[in-house]
Amino acid sequence: MEAEASNFQHFFELVIVAVFINNILLHRFLGTCPFMGVSKKMDTAIGMALAVVFVLTLAAFITYGVRQILVETHIEYIQTLAFILVIASLVQFVEMFLKKAIPALYKSLGIFLPLITTNCAVLGACIYNIDEKLNLVDAMVMAFASAVGFGLALVLFAGIREKFETARIPAPMQGTGIALVTAGIIALSFYAFKGMI
Amino acid sequence: MSAAAIKKEFVKGLWTDIPPFRFVLGLCPTLGVTDTMFKGFGMGAATLCVLVCANFIISLLRKVIPDEVRVASYIVVIATFVVCVEMVMEAFAYELFLSLGIFIPLIVVNCIILGRAEAFAKKNGPVLSIVDGLGMGIGFTLSLTALGAIREILGKGFIPFTDIQVLAEPFEFFQQAPGAFVALGLMLGIMNLLGKK
Repeated sequence: MEAEASNFQHFFELVIVAVFINNILLHRFLGTCPFMGVSKKMDTAIGMALAVVFVLTLAAFITYGVRQILVETHIEYIQTLAFILVIASLVQFVEMFLKKAIPALYKSLGIFLPLITTNCAVLGACIYNIDEKLNLVDAMVMAFASAVGFGLALVLFAGIREKFETARIPAPMQGTGIALVTAGIIALSFYAFKGMI
Repeated sequence: MSAAAIKKEFVKGLWTDIPPFRFVLGLCPTLGVTDTMFKGFGMGAATLCVLVCANFIISLLRKVIPDEVRVASYIVVIATFVVCVEMVMEAFAYELFLSLGIFIPLIVVNCIILGRAEAFAKKNGPVLSIVDGLGMGIGFTLSLTALGAIREILGKGFIPFTDIQVLAEPFEFFQQAPGAFVALGLMLGIMNLLGKK
């Protein structure tokens, strides 16, 4: 029982840290391009968030295996190249699979899937897992939680950004300028979670 | 190919199309490693090397690469050069390598490089592509160095590389994550104010 309880606490901490404290977007600055790019509307933000959660968890699983092969064969130095190829083909594969198997989900995620290849949150989170020497389960939990953190920040941001259309913003700050400052303020508000653990 | 055409391609990267302000691409390293001027410069220089090499190779191969698999092919070329830069940095600039950390492998997914391949190197000859890469790369380096300098002066209170103190009570805020967003947003606003000359 005790082992189970401490296990639970371990995963709980992992998730809280990844979602709120070391948020992949607002604290580690990974995936800021899609953050700026697809946050203009709520629907697209939710679609992107779901696609990232799905792909990132899968990618963490597969890159973990790839890493083992690279270590076995002593070619760790091509890790970057191997990972990006794996992620690119994974995204392609997921796209084809969803198109055949779950057309409804494919329709809602469709256009966001190819964009994920160049989302540095995916590659970044996978490399981070390797650098931190996490085991497979931890790595997958971590990846899932990071992706949820990404989605949370993205959806929050999209909600605020929809209000920009009616707000009076000085001309030079319109568009990306004010968006970046707003992101800074959201990041600041996430600092409040620092006391949690 | 005239000298005027070469000059035009070079100069556009320095002001009219300067990344990451005119194109909002490659934000992750822009936010992630600009807490000091030196790190910003190092990141810019690494990106510059990869950008010039990748542009050159891709423009040489532009008639060989089939259109359907071009993005995957570009990523392989880019990843190869990133691995090279990573190894060179580890060997000759180890401290910089450590401080940039995860952002070096992430040059692979820097949208500026893939963007230039797609928008320029795909359609133009090797000489013009190198010039374009140089211009854009130097522009990116300048932006990162400037942002790094601003954040270092405001956040630490010292002029970079000297002991001259300009602020008795530095704004710690600018050294941290939210400050990165706000500083970049304000800088973007100032750039817009100055206009596209």
